[in-house]
Amino acid sequence: MKVYETFIRGAKEGFTTALTIIPLPGGDPRRGGHVPRLGRDDDAHVLVWCGHGALGMPGEVLPMALIRPLSGSGAFALLGQLITTHGPDSYIGNLASVLQGSTDTTFYILAVYFGAVGISRTRHAVLAGVTADLAGFMAATAVCAAIYGHLR
Amino acid sequence: MNPVFLFIVFAAFVVAALNGTMEATSKGAFDGAKSAVDLALGLVGYMALFLGLMKVAEEGGLLRILARAIRPVMVRLFPDVPPDHPAMGAMIMNIAANMIGLTNAATPLGIKAMQELSRLNRRPGVATNAMVLFLAINTSGLSILPTGVMGVRASAGSVDPFGIMAPTLFSTLTATVVAIAATKLYQRMSRFSWTTSPSSRARPRPRRRRAPRFKP
Repeated sequence: MKVYETFIRGAKEGFTTALTIIPLPGGDPRRGGHVPRLGRDDDAHVLVWCGHGALGMPGEVLPMALIRPLSGSGAFALLGQLITTHGPDSYIGNLASVLQGSTDTTFYILAVYFGAVGISRTRHAVLAGVTADLAGFMAATAVCAAIYGHLR
Repeated sequence: MNPVFLFIVFAAFVVAALNGTMEATSKGAFDGAKSAVDLALGLVGYMALFLGLMKVAEEGGLLRILARAIRPVMVRLFPDVPPDHPAMGAMIMNIAANMIGLTNAATPLGIKAMQELSRLNRRPGVATNAMVLFLAINTSGLSILPTGVMGVRASAGSVDPFGIMAPTLFSTLTATVVAIAATKLYQRMSRFSWTTSPSSRARPRPRRRRAPRFKP
């Protein structure tokens, strides 16, 4: 096996993957960028309280949970913002990290794979995908509350 | 993604105009663009290392070992797919590749799996139970190593970039188990019935004789 060549091939993929984050809307929440300061309590009362109520999730993380099933790289960009704003080891940073890995880009996957074989009646696929996403988010919120401290 | 993006940008500028912070907003947009580049450049090293190592592991046979481990589970989950059918092989390889984070390698395998599953489909255009279950498992994002997340954490200076591994695995496993259970539950509902189309639901179902299952 050509270990070195194989490593380089994988590394190239990693390089392009990492660079996909750049063209995404990357406003710094602290300074009021493109994403309208969702990280700040004073601007996003409604979202914050929806997040608390619906999933026991801090409102700062809620936009990420909403984007996650639609766009993996979009959620990844929001994860980057949350981590730079709140710190990677904060409660929000940890929860956002777990959230990113808890499910995949449901609607994108359904569109690509059903589109590839010309399925128009998808039956219970969307409902099943969304159910799994919700379960993943709830598990992420619960396990983070258990490990990293308190339900805020 | 277009409407969402447009909405976010529009909302940002409306909020900025109302608050009188237009200047801060445009500054924020430029700073944001810069910080995205900083983050991505920090990430390049980690992603290159991770994916390089994973590629080596893949060529070294990790994928085959993993595939052998999940095969019995898959055969039980998909009673409609004959165990020796190419669809089974492609699905197993796709899920194994996803599990070790080789998303780029997984997508063509997944499309191959869908094409093979569609050859088992007797009603073109209608998703089969096997297709829905396969995609549900896929969308639950089962993966052992959240490589990208660990990379971002490391490049942001986390004291414990790998600490999220166990909770992530727990959450994604929960999502996968729920995905399987939900699919098996929903597929029995008449609303999602395979034989009737929404328009013909009122009429009695045509009785069709089932073709004999594939015998080895």
